[in-house]
Amino acid sequence: MRRILGLVVLAIIMVPMARAQQVPVTSYVLENGMEVVVIEDNRAPIVTHMVWYRVGAADEPMGKSGIAHFLEHLMFKGTEAVPDGRFSEIIEANGGDENAFTSQDYTAYFQQVAVDRLPLMMEMEADRMRGLILDDAAMLTERDVVLEERALRTDSNPRSLFSEQRDAAQFLNHPYGTPIIGWPNEVNALTLQDALDFYVRFYAPNNAVLVVAGDVKPEDVLALAEQYYGPLSPSEGITKRLRPQEPPQRAERRLVYRDARVATPYVMRTYLAPNRQSGAQQKAAALSLLADVLGGGGITSLLGQRLQIDEGIALSTGAFYSGLSYDPDTFGVYVVPKPGISLEQGEARLDATLEYLLENGVDPARLARSKASLLASEIYAMDSQRGLAQRYGAALTSGLTVDDVQAWPDILQAVTEENILAAARELLDIRRAVTGYLMGEEEMDQ
Amino acid sequence: MIRIMTTALVFLLAALPVRAATHIQEVTSPGGITAWLVQEQSIPMVAFQFSFQGGASQDPGNKLGATNLMMGLLEEGAGALDATGFAEAADELGVRFRFSAGRDSVSVTASMLTGNLAESVALLKLALNEPNFNMTAFERVQAQALSSLRSDETDPQAIAGKAYRELAFPRHPYGNPTDGTLETVAALTPDDMREAYRRALGRNNVFIGVVGDISPEALGPLLDDLLGALPDDIVDTVPDVEPLLEAGLTVVDFNTPQSVVLFAQPGLMRDDPDYLTAYVLNHIMGGRSSTARLNVEVREKRGLTYGISSFLLPYRHAAIYMGSLSSGNESVAEAVAIVRDEWAKMAATGVSAEELATAQRYLTGAYPLRFDGNAEIAGILTGLQVVGLPISYVDERNDLVNAVTLDEINRVAARLYQPEKLRFVIAGQPMGLVEK
Repeated sequence: MRRILGLVVLAIIMVPMARAQQVPVTSYVLENGMEVVVIEDNRAPIVTHMVWYRVGAADEPMGKSGIAHFLEHLMFKGTEAVPDGRFSEIIEANGGDENAFTSQDYTAYFQQVAVDRLPLMMEMEADRMRGLILDDAAMLTERDVVLEERALRTDSNPRSLFSEQRDAAQFLNHPYGTPIIGWPNEVNALTLQDALDFYVRFYAPNNAVLVVAGDVKPEDVLALAEQYYGPLSPSEGITKRLRPQEPPQRAERRLVYRDARVATPYVMRTYLAPNRQSGAQQKAAALSLLADVLGGGGITSLLGQRLQIDEGIALSTGAFYSGLSYDPDTFGVYVVPKPGISLEQGEARLDATLEYLLENGVDPARLARSKASLLASEIYAMDSQRGLAQRYGAALTSGLTVDDVQAWPDILQAVTEENILAAARELLDIRRAVTGYLMGEEEMDQ
Repeated sequence: MIRIMTTALVFLLAALPVRAATHIQEVTSPGGITAWLVQEQSIPMVAFQFSFQGGASQDPGNKLGATNLMMGLLEEGAGALDATGFAEAADELGVRFRFSAGRDSVSVTASMLTGNLAESVALLKLALNEPNFNMTAFERVQAQALSSLRSDETDPQAIAGKAYRELAFPRHPYGNPTDGTLETVAALTPDDMREAYRRALGRNNVFIGVVGDISPEALGPLLDDLLGALPDDIVDTVPDVEPLLEAGLTVVDFNTPQSVVLFAQPGLMRDDPDYLTAYVLNHIMGGRSSTARLNVEVREKRGLTYGISSFLLPYRHAAIYMGSLSSGNESVAEAVAIVRDEWAKMAATGVSAEELATAQRYLTGAYPLRFDGNAEIAGILTGLQVVGLPISYVDERNDLVNAVTLDEINRVAARLYQPEKLRFVIAGQPMGLVEK
């Protein structure tokens, strides 16, 4: 016991030292509207070059689900200057790694490469921002690849199918209810024209954010960005992103997904929750800490302590909230009951824990641990160049600014127990929740 | 068009980039424990990796999964701390631990803040030296392990992996699952954990990589404090073995829309003089690059899969050359046929001078990218020691890759690729394929 107390005291002493750390970040806007963010990491002569577009699956036209992600695949199919397949060949010949990814809110392309190859990366990425050339043969083959990707990630995995069904139930009107990879019937019908329409409409410098992290000087990156991206003319069709918003949810929603492949049933609930707002991230910060104290640290969280340790009815528990989305998304909790404990019992103990929190508040020691752990995460985040670049890219395409990203750790540290409880009271309304049971087929008869 | 091609060409001719400015020192503690260290002061943290040789393959046949479960329990109570006390202390310090068991080794990784390094090391010392294995924590973690094993029974990846293992290594520990079976794990006890602990963690079987804000002078005593009391008599009891792989196809029927395919043949041991050349060859065949032959033929040209790759698996006591892909039940037969063709083609004709040059440019250029962060580098330092490479290897490696000649790589292609031993194992309901 004495040992534990000793550790607590030391941790608290360490906090102010840890807070001082910040990575140097500089940002610019080119004349054509392209944003530029430079993150200095001089540990090795390596650079991460990323272009983030402010368009994702939630910006797709109705009936064309999956087109944002499909276009991401097609972006490797070539331009006049760098024809089919050459893009990846050139990256490879320069010893670079590359990839791309699509979310509901953004589509991003990146390369990691020796720092002297940065101009070439910019030249090629600028070229394919406006110069993509597609043909039907390439499109059809790549559509099969995407369908295989969906089969791998979603259809082969009951947890993914369950997640897809829960999201669809959670969002009545907002496109977050549609899977990023698309519904299979719609992906199967996507055309070359669909891809080109989406590309022409959304891929433009004034809808893009350049993030460069590595052994670079900000002014050098700006000069290169002006040279390579500067000549691209902006699109006039880029408007504020207005997606259909959710109406107020008035009725609790429940669903059961049964699949013979499920060996470990669980109950998961999501609540509609506000996202981080530029200049006003306090509520999201309170929700982040709520998720952490409730279900963030395994057995040290409230759910873990009660359901896994004290009551011993759960194999695992958790709470999750990111807050990083362009529109409001969800806050989630789950319980994986031990064999012999039903999902109904698991859900009842989950509810009892939520009530306990609202009645008894947050243990100050638990809140202090969460904050200490978050501060440590800030230090460790500096160890990953790609991770840092990703943090800024995702934030800037989700409606936040560089200042918001840099303010976030301190806003988290300033959250009080009262903030958390106020956020919890507003959030934890079963009428704004979707509760899902994932179970095997043998449970059907019960 | 011309502009880009020119730039690309210029870069190809330019000198290849220097590796990350990584100065590796060998540190020997006063008590005689050796570690490789990279001092990196720009972030106030230290990353450690400890790799204890032996691993899950040391489990007796009736105790399968013991080492895996034991590693999961090291952070579930130690010294005077119970599981919750240990986890709370780690949270307060901001220290991150990962304890894991592999086939040939068990690993401990730790990231610590410089500001409270001594306290973080003290906590890790407890986990490594005084784990409790008390019944409450044991039963809780055992239940999690059993749940994971039950999930494996309906996971096509796990199903295919099990079938392959049992084919390749009957009556050898490598044929067993590292995380045990439902029967063996259910029968384990805390005493089995103590025995597995005694078999796994010693100071004579550990390799250590350390990267971060710490001096060699400070590291030595720290290592003695952390590991000095561990036993120095750990032995590896596993014999070497030849994998039993012959051409053919095994199907494990499983109701899923997409078949999971593993393909494997005997490989090369890590100390084989041809290993690095084989590594370059595999990059051309099925490496992670989109221009690899398998990716081009199966994905880019025909859209039969989202991902296909192959990789050398040099275990301590056996060597495997393996690949994997997933493809719809109706298209998987075509994918399998292409892999067979590519295997035969490589065995017969090897690679072209251009393919070799492209692979050399990529592999030498991408090598520095691996040195991306303290935790990554700590893993590399440990991995080099495990396979017995010298400290100078990081400097020499790109020269070794560039020294591979066309004659040599094609000699190794004829040696490495054995279509008559390439076995396919499929979990799913593939159409148009028969077992043989």
